Amino acid sequence: MATQTAETLTENETPEAVVVRFAGDSGDGMQLTGGQFTLSTALAGNDLATFPDFPAEIRAPQGTLFGVSAFQINFGSTDIETAGDAPDVLVAMNPAALKVNAPALKPGGLIIADTGEFSTRNLEKAKYEENPLENDSLAKWDVLAFDISALTLEAVKPFGLGNKEALRCKNMWTLGLALWMFDRDRAPLIEWLKAKFKKHPVIADANIAALNAGHAYGETAEISGPLKKVHLPPAEAQPGLYRTITGAESISLGLVAGAQLANLPMFFGGYPITPASAILHHLARLKEFGVTTFQAEDEIAAVCAAIGASYAGQLGVTSSSGPGIALKTEAIGLGIMTELPLVIVNSQRGGPSTGLPTKTEQSDLYQAVYGRNGDAPLAVVAARSPGDAFDCAIEACRLATRYMTPVMLLTDGYIANAAEPWKVPDPSAYEPFPVTFLEEKNAGDELLPYKRDEKGARPWIKAGTPGLMHRIGGIEKNADTGNIDYSPANHQAMTDARKDKIEGIARDIPLQEVAMGEDSGTLAVVGWGSTFGPIHQAVRRARKKGLSVSHIHVRHVWPMPSNMAELLAGFDHVLVPEMNTGQFKTVLRDQFMIDAHSLTKTSGQPFSIAEMEEAIAQYFDSTSDNEGGEVEANKTQLPSPKTVNS
Amino acid sequence: MNDMTPIETTLKDWESDQEVRWCPGCGDYAILKAVQRTLPQLKADPAKTVFISGIGCSSRFPYYVESYGFHTIHGRAPAFATGVKLANPELDIWLVTGDGDGLSIGGNHLMHVLRRNVDMQIMLFNNEIYGLTKGQYSPTSREGTHTPSTPQGSIDHPANPCAFALGSGARFVARGYDVSKDLPDVLKAAHAHKGAAFIEIFQNCIVYNKDVFEDFTAKKTSAETQIWLEDGKPMLFAKGTKGIALDQESFALKVVDVEGDDWQTAGVLVHNVKSRALAHMLVELPFGPFPMPLGVIYDNPAVTFESAVVEQNKQASEGKTPDFAALLARGQTWTVSGTAQDPV
Ligand code: SF4
Repeated sequence: MATQTAETLTENETPEAVVVRFAGDSGDGMQLTGGQFTLSTALAGNDLATFPDFPAEIRAPQGTLFGVSAFQINFGSTDIETAGDAPDVLVAMNPAALKVNAPALKPGGLIIADTGEFSTRNLEKAKYEENPLENDSLAKWDVLAFDISALTLEAVKPFGLGNKEALRCKNMWTLGLALWMFDRDRAPLIEWLKAKFKKHPVIADANIAALNAGHAYGETAEISGPLKKVHLPPAEAQPGLYRTITGAESISLGLVAGAQLANLPMFFGGYPITPASAILHHLARLKEFGVTTFQAEDEIAAVCAAIGASYAGQLGVTSSSGPGIALKTEAIGLGIMTELPLVIVNSQRGGPSTGLPTKTEQSDLYQAVYGRNGDAPLAVVAARSPGDAFDCAIEACRLATRYMTPVMLLTDGYIANAAEPWKVPDPSAYEPFPVTFLEEKNAGDELLPYKRDEKGARPWIKAGTPGLMHRIGGIEKNADTGNIDYSPANHQAMTDARKDKIEGIARDIPLQEVAMGEDSGTLAVVGWGSTFGPIHQAVRRARKKGLSVSHIHVRHVWPMPSNMAELLAGFDHVLVPEMNTGQFKTVLRDQFMIDAHSLTKTSGQPFSIAEMEEAIAQYFDSTSDNEGGEVEANKTQLPSPKTVNS
Repeated sequence: MNDMTPIETTLKDWESDQEVRWCPGCGDYAILKAVQRTLPQLKADPAKTVFISGIGCSSRFPYYVESYGFHTIHGRAPAFATGVKLANPELDIWLVTGDGDGLSIGGNHLMHVLRRNVDMQIMLFNNEIYGLTKGQYSPTSREGTHTPSTPQGSIDHPANPCAFALGSGARFVARGYDVSKDLPDVLKAAHAHKGAAFIEIFQNCIVYNKDVFEDFTAKKTSAETQIWLEDGKPMLFAKGTKGIALDQESFALKVVDVEGDDWQTAGVLVHNVKSRALAHMLVELPFGPFPMPLGVIYDNPAVTFESAVVEQNKQASEGKTPDFAALLARGQTWTVSGTAQDPV
């Protein structure tokens, strides 16, 4: 079913989905406001997807354009798979927030603005020559402007807070209004505020008062015109227990689950880096699940300590983002060489170098698949959504321990920070994969630490096991004994063995499924990672128009499932949308000799459904001179020699 | 050091089947023998002993010891060792590094393993040169060292390993040298210390930096050029005719002559391994005007990192039943029943 977003909220009919964007100064608490609104949305039973978009600076100068922090949520009574393209409602807490975000707003959409912040100084900082609320520059939208600052001050007056502290409650006032607008229960939020400010009950009370005042304002104030109460009925969902979850949370839980399924304690070595740190924070609170967290002196030490822990019999895990993964690379090579289990989580962000720390990108795929010295294969698993990251983390642990290998789990800034409703899984539904350590010599009275099993994996020998003393290291090792062996035939054999082992994983993973559509046809849109939502929605819309399009979404990026070649061969065209310059497309071309084409985007923002639809349409538009070749701005590749059959 | 069940072994039991591949005459052989001779005296258990190294000539060491061994990557051995120790605090870890591995590429990790006080013996083989890469100057090479990468002589100031260790917060600092008959005693003291025990071992690279320590290791003059420190004993050398005293005015150490046995009158200091201030002075003593201080310079144990981690993990888990299903359902939840919604 297509998601019908609100044409305009001023109509009386109920839309199926609404997109709201909260935008303000990075100090205005917009992420928190968005997070709490998300929770209330989830509790109301709507499906949802969010997109937090914040500046890299912790406290960017107030009122500036680059200091604008925004949180977008798409929610409704149908399946929601993306954070939505264009917002229906924009809450702008200051002129800069309006300036940055208004262009995205749907025509006819609603702007709620705090006039209290539209001072000459703030207008100047936002590079407005005139007050946009007072001219006709916002004519294509409905504007509801009133002095939220003053109303908040009024509401919290009884609590005797200083002006600055009192104004901090503005976000709760605004949230109160939003809760009224979408007919939400305030009670869970009031509980949350009480818990959050347990040590400062006055602050809690002030925030609650502001929340109530915002709500009452919607209820009673004589707002004529655009503001209407909208009630979205709950979305259909599988029965069960639900909660909201971000990717960082679900990866942490998935890693704990993976370690438990492997029957191992987990050692997590991390170093602070955006947007990966949240995983370290979550795991640091889960010590009772046999988790040891270690904040190392740098990225290198974090991975090295994790490998050390694996050597001593724990499940070693490390996590970072692209720049940190680059630093870890040499040690990952040692993990591959010594064939020890290791899970490496990469929360990708915009690159190269420091790049865009708080923005999302999928540009570390080459790094994951190819980015090491020597022939150094490892397995790569990519999560497509916050909820999916849980299963992917378990899969990474499974592969690492079964195959005695480093496994890279790719996620990104979008998945890490975004929240979605998540059906709480039943841990007993997962097949355990308990690890067996080698306890005695494995070749008569000889120990052969590199003797492989039928999967090509060597035995895991815990340092400290009586009678199994042996030495490992980064120098090429003898194929059986693991002793240093530089001989040509041995290096050939070991290179082959490492490669075969990883390629063999293809036999141990599910066949590639089609996420939507038939398993052959005109166009396959092949994605990986967090592009799942926009691809899925766009393919759904295209199929409604009768187009022969299927969506294939790849979790096992390396090695790929064994039916990939056959599956892709069933389509006339393969389009690969990615938030990079075409990395997975290159891998697909290389692996399957197919004429895959790219839809690329590297603006730090996720794809919109519209962009995706447009790209799909070009394969079916008979009047177009585009032969199913490149779409979007990327003109660097040759167009497809095939013609579109439509 | 760790608390192992005592095991009876001989030197032979600690020799692996691997052919030792250092240059003939290299000081590493003597250190290897000293270690293999010491381990049986410590009643060490080969299965609980792990040698971990980085990259360099010295870092081949683990291959030659019949125990667990991990030859890792350049400079990072302390980080691997930290992970091993945290994962299994029962293991007795010997870290083998060199002046390039430990103080150049791995300076950061060495600093942090010392600061954290992870229980292990850290042997830094200082030969003041890069041997394995064929003789470039190292961070401990003296100014003016001529090497392929410094044909006009090196111009940077050398690092002082023991001062670095103390500055990083080490609770045990000692010195020895490859062919010294007293090296096993230094190793034993390091092993007896619970926590990170740092030992600088001067090692003769006979190929690229031959006899660079000859001025204090030469047997003929060693009585004059070495001072072996012992806790609670006066700091005497040159067969008791000289000692180390404190110059009250400059607040610096000085060499004094001792008449007969009367070191007290000469003001000779009594070594105190628990005195951090004294340790700082001793590691900074310039060789030449002073003899080379050897033996245990500082030994003042503190809580070890791994024991603190284990304790914190224990406390954090206390009274909590690890219920994973409950963990998954943490936070605010709602139930969907049938196809209709009933938010809770
Ligand atoms: S190069 Fe020097 S340190 Fe290395 S093995 Fe040869 S003599 Fe020993």
